[in-house]
Amino acid sequence: MSRRKVPSFSDAVFWTVVVFLFMPLFVLLLYSFNASKGGTFTGFSLVWYERLFFGSDQLWKAFGKSVSIALGSASLATFLGTLAAVGTSRYKFFGKGYVQAMSFVPMILPEIVMGVSLLVFFAGLGLKLGMATILIAHTTFNIPFVYLLVSARLEEFDSSVIEAARDLGANEMQTLLKVIVPMIVPGILSGWLTAVTLSLEDFVITFFVAGPGSTTLPLYIYSAIRFGVSPVINALSVVMVVGTVLLVYPSRRFLKAFAAGA
Amino acid sequence: MLGSNVSISGLSKSFGDFKALKDVSLEIKKGEFFSLLGPSGCGKTTLLRLIAGFEDPDSGLVSIDGRDVTGLPPDKRRCNTVFQSYALFPHLTVFENVAFPLRIRKTPGKKVRELVKRHLDLVQLEKHADKKPSQLSGGQKQRVAIARALINEPSVLLLDEPLSALDAKLRQHMLVELDSIHDEVGITFIYVTHDQAEALSVSDRIAVMDGGKILQVGSPQDIYENPKAEFVARFIGDTNLFSGKVVSFSNGISLVQDERIGAIKVEAGNEAPEGSWVSVAVRPEKIRISLAPPAEAGPLGNVVKGMVDEPIYSGFQSKYYVRTPGGGHLVVFRQHAQWSEGVPDIKWKDEVWLSWSARDAVVVEASGTSIAPVVSGDSLDE
Repeated sequence: MSRRKVPSFSDAVFWTVVVFLFMPLFVLLLYSFNASKGGTFTGFSLVWYERLFFGSDQLWKAFGKSVSIALGSASLATFLGTLAAVGTSRYKFFGKGYVQAMSFVPMILPEIVMGVSLLVFFAGLGLKLGMATILIAHTTFNIPFVYLLVSARLEEFDSSVIEAARDLGANEMQTLLKVIVPMIVPGILSGWLTAVTLSLEDFVITFFVAGPGSTTLPLYIYSAIRFGVSPVINALSVVMVVGTVLLVYPSRRFLKAFAAGA
Repeated sequence: MLGSNVSISGLSKSFGDFKALKDVSLEIKKGEFFSLLGPSGCGKTTLLRLIAGFEDPDSGLVSIDGRDVTGLPPDKRRCNTVFQSYALFPHLTVFENVAFPLRIRKTPGKKVRELVKRHLDLVQLEKHADKKPSQLSGGQKQRVAIARALINEPSVLLLDEPLSALDAKLRQHMLVELDSIHDEVGITFIYVTHDQAEALSVSDRIAVMDGGKILQVGSPQDIYENPKAEFVARFIGDTNLFSGKVVSFSNGISLVQDERIGAIKVEAGNEAPEGSWVSVAVRPEKIRISLAPPAEAGPLGNVVKGMVDEPIYSGFQSKYYVRTPGGGHLVVFRQHAQWSEGVPDIKWKDEVWLSWSARDAVVVEASGTSIAPVVSGDSLDE
């Protein structure tokens, strides 16, 4: 029916963006299957995957630490951030405006500032740097994201639903658990997922507050790369990309389905 | 079972500088269908929310079934609310929405199924029990809200403009249904609305509110036929208002001198003694309109000549805006009951005669002083 058009300016921009976004990933994918270590592709091989899964104890230890910090800090941040969002949207209290304004600060603050300030803070308290300090730091920068995502969800729902719950006999706690929380589940879940992702990938802040024996995956990769890019890292990156896609895609579908049902 | 169900005394409530309710007192009887009627901002919703317990009054008392409930939270009051926005729980099915109050009270499952079924039957939603609220139409959502509010067997059901989000046809239908639900459950309904037609058609009694005050409480007939304030006369239906000084009073007939219409006979007994200033209302359907002068006016008859400014035909009747030579404006309804008998049509610019009985004029406001009452120019487009 319609003939192919001459590529327009917007088409050109579109394809340039696509290439710049996905080309590096593609190169990574390609080189993770490279038989040799060098910059030239010498043949297909799974040697780096083998090395990744069976010969990289240090890497997997770091990965384990990253995951436990990510799950821990995301869960803590989700709990605190959700309560903060419900609190500021439902109640009036002294300092509410301050809390709302300050909730943005960790998001816009340069990571390096945040890292240094946390380090100084922990040093001042006399806390030993390690897993605990990383957990606290990650929880700190994750709270605002959860807070914002949950707040957005709270803002769009009809407050008369809460009044209805109270009117029908539910007390404050029952209203929170049986009405408010189920209605903001999508916000809470996306907050949690965001927090997990941010924690997993954080380098700068972690770098400042990490101590001996608390090398997370990004810290490990950074130190490994200083001695040249190992194709093992390429293989790891591919595994992570695939893993993320597998994790995020169903959860997006779930959130969409939930939003449609609500 | 008779006696007062909801009793309100001296209730006041302000929001910042805005006085939403000013010293309101009211007695609502058991089993009544009671409407709070007024334009937006008149305080009717505030009054309802004070009865429900969503707001606390600045002063005054609310009691339900003879028990003072002022200051108690909503879950400690024997009344339930149907919200304008339905306020259904989107994450629960219709069944679980209706069962919510029972689940809160940890009612056994068998009892829950039995009660929910009975209430879904009452609102004719038995087939939709497993749907989510988002799959229902507006009317169905409203029924779920009603069933849910009734399942606690409250002593009073509060309805906050429950039909305002529905289209006109459905609203009529739901109104009739609401009335039959009221007959079936027999509890007190307090119904907030800005729609005077709704209030007139279903209420046992109506309280007309404006500016945070109750202007008049009475049966629909009372409110319509004997408005006690200019605002009530204007707000309920169409009306013709005259005002002026009573120039003479004899045999129970006061003669009111309206500057635009002229002298008008009003049968008002002692309400309009000579020398007082009064406002008088005459409903448009009480006025006859004809192309020929009426045969004889008689001692009670008022006759005014005018010209049709605007005829509005609406099938079963026509509405005429008539201008008098003195610059007065009158509204008249004429039913088309005798259309087929060849009664002459009245058209634009026709010279017409208007006539009505002094008995059909009602004194809505009176003052003994010789200062003219301020005629408010309230907009009635609510």
